[in-house]
Amino acid sequence: MSRKINERVSSIEPSGIRRFFDLVVGRRDIISLGVGEPDFPVPWSVRESMIYSLERGWTSYTSNRGLKELRDGIAEYYKRFGVETSGDNILITTGVSEGLDLALRAVINPGDVALIPEPCYVAYKPLTFLAYGEPVEIPTYPNFKLNYDKLKSYERFEPKVLIINYPNNPTGVTYSKRELEEIADFVFENDMIVVSDEIYAELTYKGRHLSLASLNGMEERTIVLNGFSKSYAMTGLRIGYAIAPDEIIDAMTKIHQYSMLCAPITSQIGALEALKVELERVRAEYMRKRNYFVNRLRRFLNVKMPEGAFYAFPSIRGTGLSSEEFAERLLKEKGVAVVPGNAFGRSGEGYIRCAYAVSMEKLKVAVERIGEFVESLKS
Amino acid sequence: MSRDLEVLKLLEDNARLTPREISEMIGCSEEEVKKIIEERERDGTILKYKTLIDWERVGEDFVYAIIDVRVTLTREKSYDDIAKRIAKFPEVHAIRLVSGDYDFQVVVKGKTLKDVAFFVADKISTLPEVRDTFTHFVLRSYKEEGVLLFKDEEDRRLAFVP
Repeated sequence: MSRKINERVSSIEPSGIRRFFDLVVGRRDIISLGVGEPDFPVPWSVRESMIYSLERGWTSYTSNRGLKELRDGIAEYYKRFGVETSGDNILITTGVSEGLDLALRAVINPGDVALIPEPCYVAYKPLTFLAYGEPVEIPTYPNFKLNYDKLKSYERFEPKVLIINYPNNPTGVTYSKRELEEIADFVFENDMIVVSDEIYAELTYKGRHLSLASLNGMEERTIVLNGFSKSYAMTGLRIGYAIAPDEIIDAMTKIHQYSMLCAPITSQIGALEALKVELERVRAEYMRKRNYFVNRLRRFLNVKMPEGAFYAFPSIRGTGLSSEEFAERLLKEKGVAVVPGNAFGRSGEGYIRCAYAVSMEKLKVAVERIGEFVESLKS
Repeated sequence: MSRDLEVLKLLEDNARLTPREISEMIGCSEEEVKKIIEERERDGTILKYKTLIDWERVGEDFVYAIIDVRVTLTREKSYDDIAKRIAKFPEVHAIRLVSGDYDFQVVVKGKTLKDVAFFVADKISTLPEVRDTFTHFVLRSYKEEGVLLFKDEEDRRLAFVP
């Protein structure tokens, strides 16, 4: 091993999706269900507000924590998910990615165990590891949900942190209040901290999203992460936030002030405007796409109706191919990009993730091509 | 949202959706969607299915003018009476009762500037209730029926995020 590079960094695998990225370079016939990104641009009112701010020369640093109006606005906004907080407990981050990194670095001591239900977003394990923590995976196959009993069997690891994400990328699973209470029970019993990635909160199709921090006492031990990428399509603007109890938000701010200083002011101004955008139409639109895509997909693959986010996670076990073989051949033979389930952890093997946040026209063609591909495997 | 409303909204945006597709989108049976559409066609909620065409692209240009019309009301002639009289001319594309300095906004469609100008002079200005008119010829349209007529944005998303 090279002496130049930090050992932990050296031992991390680069993202497995990279290889697929190379396969599509130069091809123009690809329909991508591969990326977790809405296919509409940032709402015009948001873009217009950013342009106006640039015209007025608002290009300075902001306070480390971020614009006060934005933090207060988010505190007000998060009431809809059951959380009573204030702008003082909020830190504006450069996307949820930064928030996640800060959260883990702020609470993990070397060797601390973080429980990570799988399949999950690709960053949880590497960032835990880089924070000198020890990630312990909890396979959630086949229903992709955590519950008290499942968690209980991991008590022996003496975990300090639980990283949970719902509505879930890649499975589309979300949790009811009763199910969240089971998780909270375990967290209390083991005096743990929860990092709750709620980036898809607005895209909940059954009932309303309820934040883990809304449960009694959980506000003292939950770091809520959220942002503007998914519901407002502000992915490239890199703007998110963390909500955490005093001690933790102060610790996170300490790291943030040295590593990031502040989130980009233009993005913060855009976010402030985004808070005024009504999302009901976006949600309804995604729900129609979900229904259409999943109902069509069901003709040839086994797939559960996702309850949130914009991913369908069909099983491809019946095809005799591995996730990677399936995804690679689908891409080469039919020009449809999906992500193999094992990119999200071992228990994602046998599945593929399809992001249905594309236009209805593309969705229609994509699902036809997937159907043709599955049929071709039978002969 | 009621099922009827949902079907209508989808059709308003894309009249070519099949009942099958609509049923898959909103999660009900195809029969139910067919029934809703038939019923709404019968009761006049669905007036017509048409296509939004950018005629400029095929060089088949039309002249549109927006005419502000001020009228005098009498006991015998209400807004409705006057509006109906104007609306029935096939040259009239749209007519709306509006607030402000004028009473009606009339959109007139014709082949040439002359067509439109003479139509207004002959048919609208001469109505006894019409006090005066103010004609704006449309020079270029940028958005119609909620649809942008220009394209200056491109999809730059990556197929995968590595």
